[in-house]
Amino acid sequence: MSDETFEPKIVGFMCNWCSYTASDLAGTARMKHAPNVRIIRVMCSGRVDPTFVLKAFSLGADAVLIAGCHPGDCHYQNQNYKTIRRHAMLKYILPQMGIEPERIRLVWASAAEGQILADAIDKLSEDVRKLGPLRWADNWEENGERLEALESIVKEHEEAMEVQP
Amino acid sequence: MSEKPKGKMAFYWAASCGGCEIAVLQVDAKILDIAAAFDIVFWPCATDGKTRDVEKLADGEIDVCLFNGAIRTSEQEYMARLLRKKSKVLIAFGSCSQEGGIPGLANLSNRKEIFDTVYKENSATFPENPDDLRPQHETEMPEGTLYLPVFYDTVKTLDQTVEVDYYLPGCPPEGDNIWAAVTAILEGKLPDPGSVIGAHSTVCDECKRIRTEKKIKKFYRTWEIKPDPDTCLLEQGLLCCGIATRAGCGALCPEVNSPCIGCQGANEGVQDFGARLISALASVIDSEDPEEIDQIIKDGIPDPIGTFYRFSLAKSLLRRKKQTV
Ligand code: SF4
Ligand code: SF4
Ligand code: FES
Repeated sequence: MSDETFEPKIVGFMCNWCSYTASDLAGTARMKHAPNVRIIRVMCSGRVDPTFVLKAFSLGADAVLIAGCHPGDCHYQNQNYKTIRRHAMLKYILPQMGIEPERIRLVWASAAEGQILADAIDKLSEDVRKLGPLRWADNWEENGERLEALESIVKEHEEAMEVQP
Repeated sequence: MSEKPKGKMAFYWAASCGGCEIAVLQVDAKILDIAAAFDIVFWPCATDGKTRDVEKLADGEIDVCLFNGAIRTSEQEYMARLLRKKSKVLIAFGSCSQEGGIPGLANLSNRKEIFDTVYKENSATFPENPDDLRPQHETEMPEGTLYLPVFYDTVKTLDQTVEVDYYLPGCPPEGDNIWAAVTAILEGKLPDPGSVIGAHSTVCDECKRIRTEKKIKKFYRTWEIKPDPDTCLLEQGLLCCGIATRAGCGALCPEVNSPCIGCQGANEGVQDFGARLISALASVIDSEDPEEIDQIIKDGIPDPIGTFYRFSLAKSLLRRKKQTV
């Protein structure tokens, strides 16, 4: 796939109280942003289990965006500080798996900050377009010799084991 | 004399260390009960037998097969498929067959990198290789063609290869649990297919250490501190995996002042062991400052994948490191 035609698939986890509304606002106010993001509404950025992020990558996402209320403004006290720590840890493990840390991003956008969110999405799309597609499941493909080897085993056994009287 | 016809049992060993083979003996004298109830039709580690003998059995003729080890070569995949076909009940025995185990950490590299290390860079494993040779699948010799199994790029779990009926977790499984599984088989009281035979709680649940509020400014490696014997190890900054790990061992390691490294595998409902740990640690780190948080993580967890996925990388959501093609 050439870079011209590659449209990054971004999964965006957005907090119901701020960024989800912000993305709505961005929509109704016709602020332009890249169309690459699939939005999943969550009740708080602190609800974004690291499992969700890894699952998004394993199912073919090229990047993951987590968007929540500004620190101090979380509706569930300080859950978004936990988000900071989870994000930091995910960002830290991904390179060991060969995934560029730029593919996961955390942004704060209040309900009124549609533009901030739209800009963050644009920036992420642009960065990921440069990185190229991830296509994670391709990564599990086995080297070409596997099927042939499996098929030939029976024959090999017959030749090697069956000593004719 | 014997009222009940004997069943047929098989054991097999794929990519694993051999510990599971020995773990079977942890059932002690009850091994005689197993021998009384089953004919062992195939157990390469302990009895003489050939793959051809298994190939000649009827499909489903083996009642129970305990399969330990992960799948990393074509031969192992072939044996997994063969034993699946010939067995009524196939049990993934131990961590490697259930979640990849320690061999699964090889998913941080691929065949080429592993072969280069073993046959070229590391003189201890292969001291003389002037022609820079690598194992080949086929080699022509005057006597005919010789075959070696194909070595895969990615280690797979047994259930990523064939359908598995039950799982017996552990590196290696605990004797009591092995016996519980055998009893369930003998009495025909196996749980629903696909279940793990074992506890549904965590190592933390069976750990006797005192827990208060966990707040950590620094993680320590085990050799850096002498932990207090009564307080939760995680609270003392040791990266204990008890919270994500299935109970069953009786919290053996915390019992002797050593953090749990997760050998009994992910607890029920934990889809990705590492993600569960990341979640737990994120709640424990005592900082709200992004830079400080990064520093605490970086200083305290030098090998995150090895720590978070020591036994479960092959089974994790990502399964392996990205291959650069
Ligand atoms: S984290 Fe470790 S030491 Fe603490 S309660 Fe759980 S198993 Fe015990
Ligand atoms: S405490 Fe953890 S590492 Fe130790 S035996 Fe139990 S499950 Fe395994
Ligand atoms: S409610 Fe928005 S981040 Fe918690």
